[in-house]
Amino acid sequence: MSVLVDEKTRVLIQGLGKQGQFHAERMQQYGTRVVAGVKPRSAGTKVLDIPMFNTCEAAVSETGADASVIFVPAAFAADAILEAADAGLRLAVCITEGIPVLDMVKVHRALDGCDTRLIGPNCPGVISPGKAKLGIMPAPIHRPGPIGVLSRSGTLTYEAVDQLTRLDLGQSTCIGLGGDPLPGTSFVEALELLQEDPDTEGVVMIGEIGGSAEEEAAEFIKAGGFTKPAAAFIAGRTAPPGKRMGHAGAIISGGKGTAEAKVSALESAGVGVAASPAQIGRTMKAALEARG
Amino acid sequence: MKLHEFQAKEMLGRFGVPVPSGRVATSPAEARAAAEALGGRVVVKAQIHAGGRGKGGGVKLCDDPPAAEAAAGAMLGKPLVTHQTGPEGRVVQRVLVEEARSIERELYLGLLVDREARQVVLMASSEGGVEIEQVAAERPEAILKEWIDPVVGFMPYQANRLADGLGLDKAQTGALRKLGVKLYEAFLGCDASLVEINPLVVSEGGLLALDAKVNLDDNGLFRHGELAELRDRAEEDPRESRANDLDLSYVGLEGGIGCMVNGAGLAMATMDLVKLEGAEPANFLDVGGGITAERVAEAFRIILDDPRVEAILVNIFGGIVRCDVIAEGIVQATHDRGVEVPLVARLDGTNVDEGRRILDESALDITYAEDFADSASKVVAAIGGAR
Repeated sequence: MSVLVDEKTRVLIQGLGKQGQFHAERMQQYGTRVVAGVKPRSAGTKVLDIPMFNTCEAAVSETGADASVIFVPAAFAADAILEAADAGLRLAVCITEGIPVLDMVKVHRALDGCDTRLIGPNCPGVISPGKAKLGIMPAPIHRPGPIGVLSRSGTLTYEAVDQLTRLDLGQSTCIGLGGDPLPGTSFVEALELLQEDPDTEGVVMIGEIGGSAEEEAAEFIKAGGFTKPAAAFIAGRTAPPGKRMGHAGAIISGGKGTAEAKVSALESAGVGVAASPAQIGRTMKAALEARG
Repeated sequence: MKLHEFQAKEMLGRFGVPVPSGRVATSPAEARAAAEALGGRVVVKAQIHAGGRGKGGGVKLCDDPPAAEAAAGAMLGKPLVTHQTGPEGRVVQRVLVEEARSIERELYLGLLVDREARQVVLMASSEGGVEIEQVAAERPEAILKEWIDPVVGFMPYQANRLADGLGLDKAQTGALRKLGVKLYEAFLGCDASLVEINPLVVSEGGLLALDAKVNLDDNGLFRHGELAELRDRAEEDPRESRANDLDLSYVGLEGGIGCMVNGAGLAMATMDLVKLEGAEPANFLDVGGGITAERVAEAFRIILDDPRVEAILVNIFGGIVRCDVIAEGIVQATHDRGVEVPLVARLDGTNVDEGRRILDESALDITYAEDFADSASKVVAAIGGAR
């Protein structure tokens, strides 16, 4: 099994520009069922053989799409997320980077009590290896298997997945939580999903400086909410305070959000934390072996 | 993006936040003229992007215009060192000359986005005029918080609750109700990431923003062209300025290993690994997703031009970014100048073979790394090992 996406997921794409088309094509090549594209005044046309619709609502009613991947530019991304939610999609994966944080404050308020799960923004997407890919990650490094991967970073996730695959540790589902300060899905929410997935036997968490999502995950694990072996890496031990390290969410402010605090919180919850980013795979392997 | 105090006050004033009257001066004579226009007794405040100016000698109460002229003369053109500037300080280009106001109490107000609550939070404290981080660390209960629902905004009952905690009288409570609404409007209106009034003073019975700090959300700047123009390049690390102009994600650091990486997380992890191997990174640089060879070349030149750099580490895990584009960029940046320091490259992922071929055909002396760990140990070995 896997979580969030699998071979049955019916995907619509919001934002089929150059980037969107490039990745839509690769998603299709991976076997993902891309059933619709949405763009105003495009109904009846096709892009890459994908039937186009004017609205998410029309796309859902015509194609039965249940998940969306969003590539629309930052200025219009909040609108796209809310359109996906309004159309009743189960899942909205927002790849877009650079959405103003106050737009996301509104989006979160609007999504309160709504059944749509938002992944991202500013993330590589979600992949259940061998089943479906909703995002921009390089597919060949992934293998089906028992490890869930959760990450606030893109390329560092690829690095971690590559290490896992080389150690013969395939992945159940890899979820890019995103590098923004207000992600749609947190580590805790993603751990809840993976705890319930019988085929996930362990999880790798890739965190970074800024915010307290990793500390909350540590509390959740301590409280018994997630009981499988877990490994982690926290990027940014060398980052200077007050400087934003690329990601909008990667900033130490007022002494909060340091790598040290996150590492010690996770370690106190029994999570194996890799000291080096080159040891993420081996730390996961050791955590699995320690449990027998 | 950070605003100067005078820019922040101008912006907040436009939203109806009460601020002292003041003028900006770039010379002692201008400061004197400003003091005369403001009625004689003024405060002269150095305008730099750092806190702790008072303790560093960057804020002076002046009884008359000649004193203001002298105070401005002592600040302008000279570095001001505070606990936030580092030992070299920041050169003061401008001073803000403001009317001196009586101060009955010093309070604190701050708005920022609370990442956990996913809402804007208004924080208040009766301990104004001091470092709020210190208050937060030592006596967190002294900081009152009201989270603002984006649907309804800052509500009067929330102001009343804060006023209770701050011990405000009836008139001041009324003033706080209005001030809270205006500050929140200003926060939304300029896509701020931080608005801080420290101190907010009780002066002649009313509330007044005696100091103001405003940081803007860089991701919101596209809808505020007029605010984007307030950027002060003189306050930036010249390397960061150059990268900023090219829209590259770059942070200047103090070490000797220049790093070019794709992806913010991998770039941070690369810095961490360099440090683990016993050296210090010279920079954070994420070349990002849809980059061209020309932009890779620009990015690489920033590293080549950095006198701190003793060796360069290129760490690319190609996904959207193609290794051949990176390689072409490196060749473009170096074709007329070569690379005078050791260059270690780790290329993996999309089009790696093509990337290697391009680099091999260039005259560059490149040490290739097998993987991530190998790349850091090789680049540190290249500068003679751990320091």
